[in-house]
Amino acid sequence: MSEILKELKYTPSHEWVKEEDGLTVVGLSDFAQNALGDIVFINLPEEGSEVTAGEAFADVESVKAVSDVFSPVTGVVAAVNEELLDNPALVNEAPYESWLIKVSDVSETRELLDADAYGEVCAAEED
Amino acid sequence: MGSYVPATSAEQQAMLSALGLESVEQLFDCVPPEVRISELNLPAGLSEMEVSRAVGKMAAANRRFDSCFRGAGAYRHYIPSIVKTVTSKEEFVTAYTPYQAEISQGVLQSIFEYQTQMCELTGMDVSNASVYDGATAAAEAVFMCEERRRSGVLVAETADPQVREVISTYCASRGVSVTTLPQRGGALDLDKLAEALTEQTASVYLQSPNYYGVLEDAAAVAEMAHAKGVKVIMGVNPISLGLLKTPAEYGADIAVGEGQPLGLPLGFGGPYLGFMTCRQALMRRLPGRIVGQTTDSAGKRCFVLTLQAREQHIRREKASSNICSNEALCAMTASVYLAAMGPQGLRRAAEGSAAHAHYLAEKLNALPGFALRYRKPFFHEFVTECPTEPTVLCAALAERGILGGLPLDGGLLWCCTELNDRGQIDELVEVLKEVCAL
Amino acid sequence: MKLIFERSRAGRGLSLLPECDVPKAEFDAAFLRESAPRLPEMSEVELGRHYTELAAETHGVNDGFYPLGSCTMKYNPRIDEELAALPDFADIHPLQPTESVQGCLEVLYRAEELLCEITGMDAMTFQPAAGAHGEYTGLLLIRAYHASRGNTERTKIIVPDSAHGTNPASAVMAGFKVVSVPSNAEGGVDLEALRAAVGPDTAGLMLTNPNTLGLFDPNILEITRIVHGAGGLCYYDGANLNAVMGRARPGDMGFDCVHVNLHKTFATPHGGGGPGSGPVGCKDFLAAFLPAPRVGRSESGYTLTQPPQSIGRVRSFYGNFLVVVRALAYIMTLGREGIPAASAGAVLNANYLMHALAGRYEMAYDGACMHEFVMTLEGLKHKTGASALDVAKRLLDFGIHPPTMYFPLIVHEALMVEPTETESPETLDSAAEIFLQVLDEAEANGESLHSAPHDCVISRPDEVAAARTPILRYAFDG
Repeated sequence: MSEILKELKYTPSHEWVKEEDGLTVVGLSDFAQNALGDIVFINLPEEGSEVTAGEAFADVESVKAVSDVFSPVTGVVAAVNEELLDNPALVNEAPYESWLIKVSDVSETRELLDADAYGEVCAAEED
Repeated sequence: MGSYVPATSAEQQAMLSALGLESVEQLFDCVPPEVRISELNLPAGLSEMEVSRAVGKMAAANRRFDSCFRGAGAYRHYIPSIVKTVTSKEEFVTAYTPYQAEISQGVLQSIFEYQTQMCELTGMDVSNASVYDGATAAAEAVFMCEERRRSGVLVAETADPQVREVISTYCASRGVSVTTLPQRGGALDLDKLAEALTEQTASVYLQSPNYYGVLEDAAAVAEMAHAKGVKVIMGVNPISLGLLKTPAEYGADIAVGEGQPLGLPLGFGGPYLGFMTCRQALMRRLPGRIVGQTTDSAGKRCFVLTLQAREQHIRREKASSNICSNEALCAMTASVYLAAMGPQGLRRAAEGSAAHAHYLAEKLNALPGFALRYRKPFFHEFVTECPTEPTVLCAALAERGILGGLPLDGGLLWCCTELNDRGQIDELVEVLKEVCAL
Repeated sequence: MKLIFERSRAGRGLSLLPECDVPKAEFDAAFLRESAPRLPEMSEVELGRHYTELAAETHGVNDGFYPLGSCTMKYNPRIDEELAALPDFADIHPLQPTESVQGCLEVLYRAEELLCEITGMDAMTFQPAAGAHGEYTGLLLIRAYHASRGNTERTKIIVPDSAHGTNPASAVMAGFKVVSVPSNAEGGVDLEALRAAVGPDTAGLMLTNPNTLGLFDPNILEITRIVHGAGGLCYYDGANLNAVMGRARPGDMGFDCVHVNLHKTFATPHGGGGPGSGPVGCKDFLAAFLPAPRVGRSESGYTLTQPPQSIGRVRSFYGNFLVVVRALAYIMTLGREGIPAASAGAVLNANYLMHALAGRYEMAYDGACMHEFVMTLEGLKHKTGASALDVAKRLLDFGIHPPTMYFPLIVHEALMVEPTETESPETLDSAAEIFLQVLDEAEANGESLHSAPHDCVISRPDEVAAARTPILRYAFDG
């Protein structure tokens, strides 16, 4: 079973979201990293670039697959977790500590799921 | 007819029976009758002896020149005997792309060795396993430099015209702008480069030695481009790198070129070898297959195709290149060639080519009407004027068994390699005197 | 084994070139490299042994059964190699005057004639160096055709979801957007989805037929009609031409443009990944757009001509010429009777092997196949934990090159098997036995296959480590 943290919000496409110091922080859920397998590289956007709610802002590579990561919000990338460029395995090891980007100037937010609702999404996908 | 199907018709009949069928035609029942054909309008098949004769006859209709002073993108060098022996080993010739690492260590290791050698030659950090040829390598390199905020390539007019044409074809379909920078005195006009460079430009493509053989001021080009944040792609002749400064030393970001001079025959234009090397920072933008070192489950060193998530079979429409098949056996050929030559041998090939070219240039320059067109340092090619119509002159040379320089804007583009020894050059000069009645 | 750099000893080498017989050229120091490249320094015998060792760790077509789906790993005839190596081909400069290269031009001209007849096309270029390069070239023809009619609205290429990855990647390189259409329950193109997908923005369709499931699409004429009806063109990916050559032609199926893979269908070797050759054929109305130059014929012999509305060059010179020599020799050998006999052999062998496995292995689709078939090991994985990868890796221990894995993407735990026509019935029988034995092992103890292969020079490599911390060249300094 994947771990789901109560205090976070989620998207149906398996990103976790939290607010911190006025920024929206986005990462990949434990379910996502499990499904992806060993992550070998993460293509992250540049600081200052714009992200759009519901559109891909990064992609995650495993050995034989590549998957998009979708932005829960529309805004400007205020920070990217550059540690992940050298050590993408962090997302496998500690998905909820390994944020991908922090977004400022948020103008739009997708409808987000709480932990319970997200748990149902995961359970449905596991079948 | 010739055939490579082992099964006899009796055996095939037995196989059909096992399937509950009577004839092979039934195997094609799924093909709608409207698109089936009864017979192809082809000649009847031939025995091996007949094919050998028929194709041999075509070969014989070609004219082979022992004395060849033509280059312009395809170069005849000495090919060590061991190169052919190694590269005709049927394991190497017939294997597929080494996706199954456990039974492909030989091919994988040879590519890893090739990548290392190309990095050594060009001074770069990373090499791919090859692309089709030097021209497509240049075009792929242009795409590597495209960014969200920067687009377009400035191409030196002094680069090989075929390479420029392929860059243009590739860029046109992707909406990447191509600006040709004019030459002055046989080299890129640096003033025009300065005018064309902007903060929005993605890359500059420079070839050195260029199409006319001239050594460009690549260091200046790199400095000017980098000042604007523009990447530099340098096209190079790999033989010249046995002697001359590397693209990395000049400051280029990507090195590309035609690998044919490294042990591949002229072959009427192919198969050839596109090589691509680059700085570490561009590693993940490099197209095509790349081999990496790792360990197996017992901790033994081994090799695999890696960084595959860049490629079309995984990334599909989001892949930056569609390349799948490459020129692996040609890359192995280059690798064996470089190993056979070693650093001294390669240097000798480079020095011999340059020395013969300079010797010929001096001799020609002393002939009336054959003045050197450009007064700039050159490697193993150079352009002279021509006192008569160049094609007529070349026809006269051909009658004497010599493939002369390539006719070029009323002049001739000459090339020498280590194969064009003093005897050949002196003979050429004598024949020229005679033909031009000098 | 050792890397070639680890075998190097300073001062060793071959004596290949004489001392230069003219004065050295002087270069300004600014033009000279600072240090020599660290190339191996070896004697000829060491060099020879190094590569003999590498060859022993390489699996070629002559080393055993090679049923790699979609790759057509048929036997590569020796005579074709010999002819391509003739000095009168190999030593010809591509920029020689045309009167001195009549033999080379004849090769291209004849190969064009024969391949046009086989594919039902009218004209052909040999410039593309591989299948994907051919796809790209063909799509540029389609693009140029629409543009010549002032039609710039046609920006989309339709690609079925069973297609090779090169198809969508080529379409994007050629400046198009990709529209994916689903397959129907029988593995063919879903006609309703296709009808819904076409429109005034359709530039064309790319289709492999038989498709990557090894199935000939029975609706092929309707498919090409739908695309033509919408004003689009039809591109035939010739990857699977081996199944139907001599029996059905893309040109008769309604395709306007096609590439063939000489390194699959026409028996030229794969070379460990290349060189291939992907000539592109087209109908007359597209010939004006072909890459320049083309080979023509006049009273005075063969000539090089410039198509009037050429898309330009896609490669230097005339493509992988020596590969074309091999393919021409192959086609001349097989001829009128041998070409359909080859496709019959390919389809018979595939059905025979499928039949031998069908009771035990689950096939992705019911019914007869063409030159290849796709199995799904999803059920096995659920039941035993042994995946398609595990089964494939275990086959290695028996000297069989594994089938293509995890492709096409629409089949879970896929293994795609293409025996080709050049395998004998006894090879197929023994391969079937091995496939079944591996299945027995999986069913008895699925876990046991996770560590396969056991008898190869290496066990499974750590691909994750390779991709996370790439080591892409030898480190001289340790």
